[in-house]
Amino acid sequence: MRLAYYSSSSGNTARFVARLGLPAERILPGAPPRMTDPFVLITPTYADGEGRGAVPKPVIRFLNDADTRGHLMGVIAGGNRNFGEAFGLAGDVIAAKCGVPCLYRFELAGTAGDITRVRQGLDRLWTQIRSTAA
Amino acid sequence: MKDFAPRPVARAINWNRVTDDKDLEVWNRLTANFWLPEKVPLSNDVQSWATLTDDEQQLTIRVFTGLTLLDTVQASVGAPALMADATTPHEESVLANIAFMEAVHAKSYSSIFSTLCATEEIDAAFRWAEEDPHLQAKAAKILDDYAPGSDPLKKKIASTFLESFLFYSGFYLPMYWSSRAKLTNTADLIRLIIRDEAVHGYYIGYKFQRGLERETEARRAEIKDYAFSLLFELYEIEERYTAALYDGVGLTEDVKRFLHYNANKALMNLGFEPLFPDSVTDVNPAIMSALSPNADENHDFFSGSGSSYVIGKSVATEDEDWDF
Repeated sequence: MRLAYYSSSSGNTARFVARLGLPAERILPGAPPRMTDPFVLITPTYADGEGRGAVPKPVIRFLNDADTRGHLMGVIAGGNRNFGEAFGLAGDVIAAKCGVPCLYRFELAGTAGDITRVRQGLDRLWTQIRSTAA
Repeated sequence: MKDFAPRPVARAINWNRVTDDKDLEVWNRLTANFWLPEKVPLSNDVQSWATLTDDEQQLTIRVFTGLTLLDTVQASVGAPALMADATTPHEESVLANIAFMEAVHAKSYSSIFSTLCATEEIDAAFRWAEEDPHLQAKAAKILDDYAPGSDPLKKKIASTFLESFLFYSGFYLPMYWSSRAKLTNTADLIRLIIRDEAVHGYYIGYKFQRGLERETEARRAEIKDYAFSLLFELYEIEERYTAALYDGVGLTEDVKRFLHYNANKALMNLGFEPLFPDSVTDVNPAIMSALSPNADENHDFFSGSGSSYVIGKSVATEDEDWDF
């Protein structure tokens, strides 16, 4: 089980992932990694006021690979509550498209509480996947 | 001698050669989000306004006048001051957009006033804004950093704190009214402002981070110290401002939690770690759902206790599998 994440040059999602302290594959524009094991995706949300363009383009290209998409277990979305109903919308869009749950949403680079909850949540998810596979 | 100095070449902005993609991205976001107060049916709040007590009405008018003052500072001083330090012509254009939208925000409060209030009440609130020591103190603190010749990074810190922190003692109130089904159209307008301020704080904070990267380690440490000490100074002013406004309606402590929560976001926009622990940022959930309606449905996989996951093994998983 692994993590993959996208972060733009603002670095919010990269800082969130760095504080998680778990190995993670960065999705760089132009050279998306191919995932060969179950993984969770962490992505920021880019929606405008109408909710358009929520999923960053490099993430769309990353998920366009069917093998990679097939290993996706869930999505964690960054965002900002100031965007109202569009807060963390990338998580909803990906969840609906790929048939996986949106596991969690955090704002900007996340708080200490977010880091704790996501670590614990991923731990439980990993454990369950292993026991299901066994 | 000045007459003989070579004049710099005048340059036309070329949007087909963008050196920082964030400039184009934020320009597109801001222009897609453009709005004017006339699109919000504020007059539907007239009846609701009449249900507020005199004290609640006065509080609301003062809060909105305080917000008007900050928007005015940002439109006419803050964003233009940042323009002088722009590193790309596209950044100047984005800042011109920010300056204009702040002017739209400032004018929006006047639309609310003219719809809901009597002229003498409005005039009294504008007099109050000029005399209130806490409101004047926060404006002065920010304006000091905007003075010509100030450190470009310090200007961006002050500006990010204005956009992402100082507004929120005011934004709390329309979210509070909205959570009690009052002034809901006014709240819709304020949400448009809140959305814009998020992009402004994000962008100015982003440009701050790019500028900070170019500095020496010693200077980075100095700037970080400056940011935190300015935040503490502004926070003390905000505490007093909040108490003076909200003690009468018993909301001061909840507003302060909202301030802590937003101070953390302002720090994150600057690339710093949040300061206030979760124990003091637990804003009333009704305020959070007024801020982002429907955002918390079906999203407690990691935050809920004891929920178990149903995990599909095949690629062709159906949505129903995840329907908890």
